Amino acid sequence: MKLHELTIHEAHELLKQKKISSSELTKAVLDQIEAVDEKVGAYISIFEENAMKQAGEADKAISRGEIQPLTGIPMAIKDLICTKGLRTTCASKILENFIPPYDATVMKKLNKAGAVTVGKVNMDEFAMGSSTENSGLKLTCNPWDLARIPGGSSGGSAASVAADMCIGSLGSDTGGSIRQPASHCGVVGMKPTYGRVSRYGLVAFASSLDQIGPLAKDVTDGALILNTISGYDPSDSTSVPEDVPDFTAFLKKDLKGITVGLPKEYHSSEGLHPDVAASIKNAVNTIQSLGAELVEISLPHTRYAVAAYYVIAPCEASSNLARYDGVRYGFRDKDSNDLIQMYRNAKSKGFGTEVQRRIILGTYALSAGYYDAYYGKASQVRTLIMEDFKNAFQTCDVLLSPVTPSPAFKIGENADDPLTMYLSDIFTLSANLAGIPGISVPCGFSENGLPIGLQLMGRHFNEEMLIKVAYNFEQATDFHKKKPNL
Amino acid sequence: MEFEPVIGLEIHAQLKTKSKIFCSCSTEFGAPPNTHVCPVCLGMPGVLPVLNKKVVDFALRIAVAIGCRIAETSRFARKNYFYPDLPKGYQISQYELPIAEFGQIEIDVEGTRKKIGITRIHMEEDAGKLNHDPNRPLSHVDLNRTGVPLIEIVSEPDLRSPEEAGAYLRKLRSILRYLEICDGNMEEGSFRCDANISLRPKGREELGTRAELKNLNSFKHVEKAIQYEIRRQQAVLEEGGEVIQETRLWSPDSGKTNSMRGKEEAHDYRYFPDPDLLPLVIDDEWIQKVKEELPELPDDKTERFVEQYKLPVSDAERLTSARELAEYFEECLKTFPEPRPVCNWITGTLLGLLNAQGKTIEDSPVSAENLGGLLKLVQEDVISGKIAKTVFDEMAVSGKPAKQIVEEKGLIQVTDVSAIEEVVLKVLESSPKEVEAFKNGKKKLMGFFVGQIMKETRGKANPKIVNELLRKKLEG
Repeated sequence: MKLHELTIHEAHELLKQKKISSSELTKAVLDQIEAVDEKVGAYISIFEENAMKQAGEADKAISRGEIQPLTGIPMAIKDLICTKGLRTTCASKILENFIPPYDATVMKKLNKAGAVTVGKVNMDEFAMGSSTENSGLKLTCNPWDLARIPGGSSGGSAASVAADMCIGSLGSDTGGSIRQPASHCGVVGMKPTYGRVSRYGLVAFASSLDQIGPLAKDVTDGALILNTISGYDPSDSTSVPEDVPDFTAFLKKDLKGITVGLPKEYHSSEGLHPDVAASIKNAVNTIQSLGAELVEISLPHTRYAVAAYYVIAPCEASSNLARYDGVRYGFRDKDSNDLIQMYRNAKSKGFGTEVQRRIILGTYALSAGYYDAYYGKASQVRTLIMEDFKNAFQTCDVLLSPVTPSPAFKIGENADDPLTMYLSDIFTLSANLAGIPGISVPCGFSENGLPIGLQLMGRHFNEEMLIKVAYNFEQATDFHKKKPNL
Repeated sequence: MEFEPVIGLEIHAQLKTKSKIFCSCSTEFGAPPNTHVCPVCLGMPGVLPVLNKKVVDFALRIAVAIGCRIAETSRFARKNYFYPDLPKGYQISQYELPIAEFGQIEIDVEGTRKKIGITRIHMEEDAGKLNHDPNRPLSHVDLNRTGVPLIEIVSEPDLRSPEEAGAYLRKLRSILRYLEICDGNMEEGSFRCDANISLRPKGREELGTRAELKNLNSFKHVEKAIQYEIRRQQAVLEEGGEVIQETRLWSPDSGKTNSMRGKEEAHDYRYFPDPDLLPLVIDDEWIQKVKEELPELPDDKTERFVEQYKLPVSDAERLTSARELAEYFEECLKTFPEPRPVCNWITGTLLGLLNAQGKTIEDSPVSAENLGGLLKLVQEDVISGKIAKTVFDEMAVSGKPAKQIVEEKGLIQVTDVSAIEEVVLKVLESSPKEVEAFKNGKKKLMGFFVGQIMKETRGKANPKIVNELLRKKLEG
């Protein structure tokens, strides 16, 4: 038995029965990192000592009979979730040596649950990107094909789960940043409803779109992580005081009476890779065979989503990233003679190209005289997109679509073409604009063996429906069981 | 040509909440640099603001007190600009949807009552402070003040003179202090004022180009700076020039305003709704609660003092100019229920003493109860009015009750007729010439005799008895 290949629920059973210890499990994960991360490059920081200490404490708790579903489980955390006393870089030179004096609320919850933080994983700088190529610190490769991108921005999370360098991971999703890399790396990724999980301690990219969520080896693990991190947080005014159900209660084999909507704008999309189209078609058939009803629906404003998103997200980002000025923390260029130069150098030397591009885009769009035409208009489009979903959910329980138009592309292939890169988010970013939950589950492989994901989207605070449908699909297939050959 | 000044004021008032607007740090003034800070007010990565409900409560008090329309839904917005005392690179403020609009304040200038419109009230966070090293090219950033709650109160351009501006400012400050939401200290910066000034030919409706004045950090400077700016703009216009839209800095040393930045250099703050904070919804119940808890305000109190205590308006206004003074007055009445003498003693003797000592009524050395006690002794003929002044001075030093001082110093008035008669006879015997002159018609000498008798008795003789006896001896 290879311990690092275990899922959370498998490991939990063994820990509970005291057949393995968290220390053994954590050691196995650290060994796997040692063995393969040189090739994959998922980790920015590995907290070996700290992880072993946490594992030891988990073992003590277990021996006292205090075990929760995540107790002793080694986790990889996206490097823009603040970890007290542990370096949090946002994959940016500007925060390369930043050590937060506080934990994000999700970290408090993981720690309280007895989870083990193995390390912090790579991402596009400040979560801006779809390939993790925009990391200011290192390159992460897709474990299924090292010449390809793992997706992004939570590329390190997806790659570390896929390569068994952790048992589960936390990522964040602003326009698809959990679902898209999950799809490219053949793992399960879930963006919860906006407001379901506290954003306190999540370094902001676009505050009205960001949401933390799990990346996991299967749907059950995703539900277990979501159980732990969800809930209202008084420190985050945008978190919602909704009851959190036990998501694992929906891991049941039954799709009768469930209506699955197929948005025609998503399925007839030009530029949809034939392998993706084929996998999705098979997935639709599988779901139908499991007893679900299928209906075609329309989300008429889909074609404006990318434009609206790339106004709103950069606008918020331009303001959110203003604080990195080199005054109190972070990179400060020593060769600055006055204040303006200090600001200029901190930002132009500290931020990478894509981050600078989005700051400039957002600054421009918010400028006097342009606000109404850009931010104002984009906000209206956002309302229309929400309406689209609201209408769709009057007739169906979940919506089914591809996650990305194509499987993972080659490293460097789109590096000089930001627009193509932006367009690859087309299926995922509407969920962020509308604030609804979405999940990506493995649904096939391309001809050259690259994973393909299936996206399900649901009503606000109805993650259980996504979990139910995804679980049924997963149990009927075995795509999630395949491992990359490293 | 005769010009009419048009003035509008923007007031920033620091709210006296215990904690900051978006975190739980203390708002206390004067702590060592960067000791009242936390990740939220330091603008660390990933932290989020949480609105302090007390701030909304305070803003509602003033909004209700000056008759504003309260927004059912208001929003916080980000005002983006870079400065080292602004940790997030934006200030959380309110922009398109402020908490309150359309209020008014009444002022009195030279006996005329005038209504000044209030455009809006909004909430925002204060920035930190930079301390520049005078000896080295170095600036220190102190972020204790970052996140201290402020309200900005913007008036309509309804003010027409520096005096009106001063009256408005004093009235607003008094109301804020009555409401106990701001201590109104201009020198310490808890009450700040910017002024917008323009001139227009008298009788014309259309407004002229305005200049905005900053750095007006005392009541005196507000009036002086406006006075200067009116003259400056008038001179420009009379020479056929044009007033430029700009921000001007008042220099108290030179007594002038100087251009700080023009319209072109004005910041583009790139306001947009803060996505970290939900729209603020205020229901009628909340507003009702604030209304019920509102204290009596200066205008109402003045009216009541005139009505209830039969005081002249000017005296009533003086007493109600500060809530604490009005309270002192009413406290005095509990011991000595005679409004007129109490009012006279407070506005005359007590305020004179406090002014001389640079103190406010809160730290008056003579308590209201003791002042009442003193007046009671006079009324009961225990001491004379003249002795009362001596006793008061002693009370101001020792803080002791009047009765104790009178007893300790043996100042009790002599009302024993035979004892006084003895002194009267003694004085008359020793002044035969004056007695003669009096009898020949020089009646003014009465004062001389009273003075002599008072001198003999060290002021303790009851003046009424003295007068009666003298008259009897000299005329009878």
